[in-house]
Amino acid sequence: MTASAEDNRAEARRPLVEAQGITKRFGGLSALSDVSLSIQTGDIVGLIGPNGAGKTTFFNCITGLYQPTSGTVSLDGRSLTGLKPHAVAARGVARTFQNIRLFANMSVLENVMVGRHVRSRAGVLGAVLRGPRTRAEERSIRERALELLDFVGLTARADQLAHHLPYGDQRRLEIARALATGPRLLALDEPAAGMNLTETAALQVLLEAIRERGVTLLLIEHDVRLMMNLCDRVAVLDYGRKIADGAPAEVQRDPAVIEAYLGAGMGAHQDTTAKAETA
Amino acid sequence: MISILPERLSQNPRLAWVVFAALGLLLAVLPFLVDAGMGRTWVRILDFAMLYVMLALGLNIVVGFAGLLDLGYVAFYAVGAYFYAILASPQFGIHLPFWALLPMGAGVACLFGILLGAPTLRLRGDYLAIVTLGFGEIIRIFLNNLNAPLNITNGPQGINMIDPVRIAGHSLTRPIEILGVKLSGAHGHYFLFLVLTLLVIFIALRLQHSRIGRAWAAIREDEVAAEAMGINTRNLKLLAFAMGATFGGLGGGLFAAFQGFVSPESFGLMESIMILCMVVLGGMGHIPGVILGAILVTVLPELLRYIGPLQQELIGRVAVDPADLRMLLFGLALVAMMLFRPQGLWPSRVRARELRPDNPDEVRQEQESLYDRER
Ligand SMILES: Nc1ncnc2c1ncn2[C@@H]1O[C@H](COP(=O)(O)OP(=O)(O)OP(=O)(O)O)[C@@H](O)[C@H]1O
Ligand SMILES: [Mg+2]
Repeated sequence: MTASAEDNRAEARRPLVEAQGITKRFGGLSALSDVSLSIQTGDIVGLIGPNGAGKTTFFNCITGLYQPTSGTVSLDGRSLTGLKPHAVAARGVARTFQNIRLFANMSVLENVMVGRHVRSRAGVLGAVLRGPRTRAEERSIRERALELLDFVGLTARADQLAHHLPYGDQRRLEIARALATGPRLLALDEPAAGMNLTETAALQVLLEAIRERGVTLLLIEHDVRLMMNLCDRVAVLDYGRKIADGAPAEVQRDPAVIEAYLGAGMGAHQDTTAKAETA
Repeated sequence: MISILPERLSQNPRLAWVVFAALGLLLAVLPFLVDAGMGRTWVRILDFAMLYVMLALGLNIVVGFAGLLDLGYVAFYAVGAYFYAILASPQFGIHLPFWALLPMGAGVACLFGILLGAPTLRLRGDYLAIVTLGFGEIIRIFLNNLNAPLNITNGPQGINMIDPVRIAGHSLTRPIEILGVKLSGAHGHYFLFLVLTLLVIFIALRLQHSRIGRAWAAIREDEVAAEAMGINTRNLKLLAFAMGATFGGLGGGLFAAFQGFVSPESFGLMESIMILCMVVLGGMGHIPGVILGAILVTVLPELLRYIGPLQQELIGRVAVDPADLRMLLFGLALVAMMLFRPQGLWPSRVRARELRPDNPDEVRQEQESLYDRER
């Protein structure tokens, strides 16, 4: 995709997510200092930075898992600040976790069906009586879940327990489960961690397909090549501050970014990625 | 081995019908067989077994489905029992009908469940267990002391002469002849409890296999992820508490009417632990397992009754008090279970595998990938 095509697309759209002046302190430690980021509808935005830069903390702040010390987040003009994670999910923000958090002892299919919870309604009475409405709803939950399993390529494993899946499949399952919530923004925390080259390539295809479905993506990754291939925009965090934000090629050339990575030891990063792969 | 049975049945509807018909027939004639073979006492024991099946299934919603450790479950049982006792006895001279009081008692217990749940459910694991344990004790102490200045519960003496169940004007404690079959009070209660137990099983099964049941399971597996997937964990945990409490209240009402007498003694911590043991021994979260657990924990200790007379006959005196032996054996059984079969006697297939992973790799992978802390 050429840079000018991206620019044209960006012009026509307005930001889906607007995070402004996010600061998060843990005691004396400022994990995030005054970070602002706006994400255009339909974009794939990357968030990179050395270990401990505050990337996951930023995710937690926009998904309601953490309340920022100060700053605001809005989705499509409506404030998300102060909402509980489940309410944020209901508004249309879904996420995956850096350390995969599946429902380990539920089946692969059930994991995805849980994702539909927020888009379905049956209560206790409906569940006990199981009238036509509830049955229709259950059927549609199952169908949608199966469709998403097909989309991420896990159909054959639908009945296995989630924790019996190989690592790469667990990551894909987490994505399917997040997609089941019907998100507008999908935030992925290191989706390629622990994947080999083939799996990473497949992941790239999957993420592009997700974008085609009209879901905006925010993505933390250490895999530089994946980020350069995939992202329309990249923001860089270092010690809780945003030090760069722009097209991938520009950001890669940015002296502050090079300094941050070299300072933290670019080699060390590659080491951790490699270690994750063998784990 | 036994746990593949349900799967076989779901694959073969003809077989399922045969099994269910046989089971139905067995349940229908069971009290008569037991009465003839072992005596009236054992029919009453069967009645209690079903009462405990209902209670255990209620607690299973909280502990097994939603994964919340509740050590004060007996409080809801007590609330249901006293609600019925107070409004259907000479205590205040009020005699409301059984069929109105039973659902009301369950409703009141449900309210208590919400009352306890609302402030405590943000606590996790051990902390929740301690608070619920305290709640159970508080209720018991209240029941013990609410006899002054206004005598509501009649204190440690308890409430006596509670109205029996009435069906179509007939008191269930009296024998009756239906279609030439003589039914004693124990028999009558058997069939009443059987119907209600089946209802409770039905509700528990439906809940488990619903959107709500899945959300509970998700909370049990990983609360943070469940919340992030849009599950309102606070409300759903509250719902689990309320549903469990409702079943507890139902059991309490039945207990009061069946026994005709309630006192705080029946609602101690031991009782909570017994019910929890039924759930855990049988197979947490697995309805057939919990039913089995409740039946075993009710019935097996009763067999010890025969130990006294047996000793008398063999060695001419009672050397070991059966009551002591009961606790000893119970403790041994628990330890043995934890050592050799932590998944319970009849676990769901999933749990059996979870606690007995076939390869050590799985354990490692599970620990690595799932137990990070983001909060
Ligand atoms: N709950 C918490 N309590 C205290 N400190 C925290 C907490 N969460 C994060 N931090 C700290 O905030 C800083 C940023 O952490 P964060 O996990 O956001 O980094 P990251 O950019 O995701 O790093 P990585 O690439 O290793 O995942 C770290 O110093 C971390 O120790
Ligand atoms: Mg991180």
